Amino acid sequence: MSFTSELFTALSPILALSATIVAVMLAIAFRRRHTANATLAVIGLNLALAACVALIWTAHPATIVTPLFVVDGYAQFYMALILVATLATATLSHAYLENASGEREEMYLLLTLSALGALTLACAQHFASLFIGLELLSVPLYAMIAYPVKGHRPLEGGLKYLVLSAVASAFLLFGIALMYSQAGSLGFSEVGAYFAAGGTPIALVGGAMLLIGLGFKLSLVPFHLWTPDVYEGAPAPVATYLATVSKVAVFAVLMRYFVEAGGYYQASLVQVLAWLAFASMLVGNLLAVRQNNVKRMLAYSSVAHFGYCMVALIAGGPLAVEAVGAYLLTYVVTSIGAFGVITLSSNAGGERDADVIYDYRGLFWRRPYLASILTAMLLSLAGIPLTAGFLGKFYVITAGVDAHLWWLLGGVVVGSAIGLYYYLRLMVSLFLLDPSKHRFSAKLDWAQRSGGIMVLLAMILMLVLGLYPQPFVQLLRIATLMPG
Amino acid sequence: MILLWLILIPFIGGLLAWQGERIVGRGFPRWIALGTMLVALAISVWLWFVGDWSLASVGGVPQWTIEYQASWIPRFGISLHLAMDGLSLLLVVLTNLLGVMAVACSWREIDRNVGFFHLNLLWNLGAVVGIFLALDLFLFFVLWEMMLVPMYFLIALWGHNAPGGKGRIYAATKFFIFTQASGLVMLLAILGLVIVHYQQTGVVTFDYMALLKTEMSANVEMLLMLGFFVAFAVKTPMVPLHSWLPDAHSQAPTAGSVDLAGILLKTAAYGMLRFSLPLFPNASAAFAPVAMWFGVIGIGYGAFLCFAQNDIKRLVAYSSVSHMGFVLIGIYAGTEYALQGVVVQMLAHGLSAGALFILSGEIYERLHTRELSKMGGLWARFPYLPPIALFFAIAALGLPGLGNFVGEFLILLGSWPVNPLITVLASTGLILGAVYSLILVQRAFHGAPPEGAPPLKDLGSRELSMMAVLMVLLIALGIYPQPVLDTSAAAMHQVHSIYSAAQALTGVTP
Repeated sequence: MSFTSELFTALSPILALSATIVAVMLAIAFRRRHTANATLAVIGLNLALAACVALIWTAHPATIVTPLFVVDGYAQFYMALILVATLATATLSHAYLENASGEREEMYLLLTLSALGALTLACAQHFASLFIGLELLSVPLYAMIAYPVKGHRPLEGGLKYLVLSAVASAFLLFGIALMYSQAGSLGFSEVGAYFAAGGTPIALVGGAMLLIGLGFKLSLVPFHLWTPDVYEGAPAPVATYLATVSKVAVFAVLMRYFVEAGGYYQASLVQVLAWLAFASMLVGNLLAVRQNNVKRMLAYSSVAHFGYCMVALIAGGPLAVEAVGAYLLTYVVTSIGAFGVITLSSNAGGERDADVIYDYRGLFWRRPYLASILTAMLLSLAGIPLTAGFLGKFYVITAGVDAHLWWLLGGVVVGSAIGLYYYLRLMVSLFLLDPSKHRFSAKLDWAQRSGGIMVLLAMILMLVLGLYPQPFVQLLRIATLMPG
Repeated sequence: MILLWLILIPFIGGLLAWQGERIVGRGFPRWIALGTMLVALAISVWLWFVGDWSLASVGGVPQWTIEYQASWIPRFGISLHLAMDGLSLLLVVLTNLLGVMAVACSWREIDRNVGFFHLNLLWNLGAVVGIFLALDLFLFFVLWEMMLVPMYFLIALWGHNAPGGKGRIYAATKFFIFTQASGLVMLLAILGLVIVHYQQTGVVTFDYMALLKTEMSANVEMLLMLGFFVAFAVKTPMVPLHSWLPDAHSQAPTAGSVDLAGILLKTAAYGMLRFSLPLFPNASAAFAPVAMWFGVIGIGYGAFLCFAQNDIKRLVAYSSVSHMGFVLIGIYAGTEYALQGVVVQMLAHGLSAGALFILSGEIYERLHTRELSKMGGLWARFPYLPPIALFFAIAALGLPGLGNFVGEFLILLGSWPVNPLITVLASTGLILGAVYSLILVQRAFHGAPPEGAPPLKDLGSRELSMMAVLMVLLIALGIYPQPVLDTSAAAMHQVHSIYSAAQALTGVTP
């Protein structure tokens, strides 16, 4: 097939990001300069984001670019979301690595590479692109998690992620192979047509193995065991990236797989997935209660959040895609804010990140605005009205009520109640008076730096989402999928 | 638009108070908060005088004296729909009045982070006013949850760590989790109702007026009604879902207790009157005996536990459980007398419980203890406080001539035709009430003062004038409740007419 300008336009965000990767690599080879390299990466990401926004703005029609990619409203929405989260990670990384010794520049190379994988996943409509995207997303992450190579925990986290991720990929590949052996094609629409017509037990086993592979990336219970260790070990900005981009991209492709590749026709697997979602909500929240480490707590809370999000996916029906989009959008904004505050309070020069609840005691009396932001983000994670998190939870519950998933909704309610306990515990410690001196505090001028501005923007966006969500609801309605 | 301002004024005042502390000084937030609440009170009282609160419903559709609607999230048919009728008005007036009292009573008690304290107090009051005005179920739910966060901070940050209790953060967290979780059940019910309505009409809307006439099968109606009921029962609080209340009260600062007992508990009763009964009349009528029995249990259990309390605030908290039992019975009896009695009882209990909590705070400020066993003989050490406390204690026990009597009497009168047995059992609550109120007075104030106890500083003019206002209002409510009854008559008649039709269907004929 020949490439027309139409196709180039559709693919422009991916092309822009690829060019950025090359440019960043060359720049590092030419001369190591932390700020310059970070700026270059941010400019490239902004160009890609601008291209993406332009596609959404002009209502660019759905375009199929080779059998591997489709750039429709759904892909455009998730590409934009991924790029925004990557940008946030880049600015946070810059703030975090400022005082670090050693090689700092490769972080941006790895970050942009991984983001390319995420964009690929958002556009994937073929199992080959799904696999390539997933690997491209994960492989740079191994290095990013273990980026402070002299630390014990980051190395442990990186290695753990590497080994378990490889196992998950093996499951995924085997599952794809089994489905291919039955359906005779790797395209989503062909596989979808095959499952719609019935499907054999072997194909079902393939579907199950695929779900195991993706379930690992989303850290659904019982595939969640890596999550707390990796979050704890990873530098704070990388944990932001893990919590947002890597999960959103995988969820986006999972949703597309369900709608277009006949995931919903595998009724028994949907049932199993419902159990996994239920277990994730309860186990994630219950384990988070016991944590004194903020990063581990947020890790378990992300297990629970993807349980909630899974409820919307299981609900199916016309509202599911919109609800999943709303949940992921709100979750990304909130996580960026919460991890952003942690990042600003830590820096790579220290022996560890500011990640124990005690480090945050009395933050409100030292950095009132920063603590207010963290408070708002925690309320949003807890799903209190007038914050973004409530919009997501509202969508999920609406989708669930629409599909009569009563026991799953019971799980959402119980999970939220448990969740409140640990969010409140962290939140109230921000306000307690604290007699002792503190090793951890954000710089006094944090709000004037790029990382701080980014966190402020996340806060504003979070409030707008909570107070006046209508524009975003319009956006979500563009990002729909039609069953193939 | 005036309704929106009623909600916004406290929010803006709260922000001013917070920022004002840093810019102007520590005393500033108190004046800002006081001014804000006085303005809000003045507006609501002015509305009472100028409005026509006797609009009868037309064809079963409620009429609102003041209404405001603006689009919010059209995707789900959600709007900022506010409206006021007599019931809303009375509760808004009560909220703003007790708001003034809450600001005034923390004038000296709160001395750290004054600005942030008043931010939380005013935001809580603003959200509660919003609850009394919201006519969109989504908006109602949002405000219902919104009021929790500031209340949580009030208890967790400015509360007391009462000896023997588990600490203020424990109490605040318990309060939050109880109300939030039950609130989510209500959200499920709201969404269920919206989806039932959508399936019938093809229109997604959260508007009260549209949902009012939704037809549904008996089972669905019962389930949805129970979803609402759980949230309201936790907040009322109904035994056995009450256990957060004594903890929250005993740890909360005085203003928090006034707010909690005087206003927050009323939101639940309001929710039943405004939403549960009119939206699900048949299920409510079928469920009424159960709810009324829970009310009786609450009256007896709350009163009984009062005897065992050593902490004044816990005692008053349990007496609230008992008094709200009457409200529950009155609401589900559903006759016009009973409903009118509920309104008076809510107002009177708000005033008397608020006053008792303020007095407990005053005693604590002077004695640094709230334990009855360490008091005794206070009558000899203060000239004014003990007689005032006696006044409010006998108001709480329902002495004729004071507001609480009117409320309880009307409730019992109205419940008699519906269920005589429950009415008889409930009226024992009046006797138990007399006993525990007098025990409170006897243990705290009578007897000989301890040897060599110094005389205590008596109430200042600020405290005396607060008490005087509350006393005058309680007496006025007891002697001439007619203006209040006239104001709420139309709203209560509306509830009654919907509910009595359902009662006739289910065979409960009053």
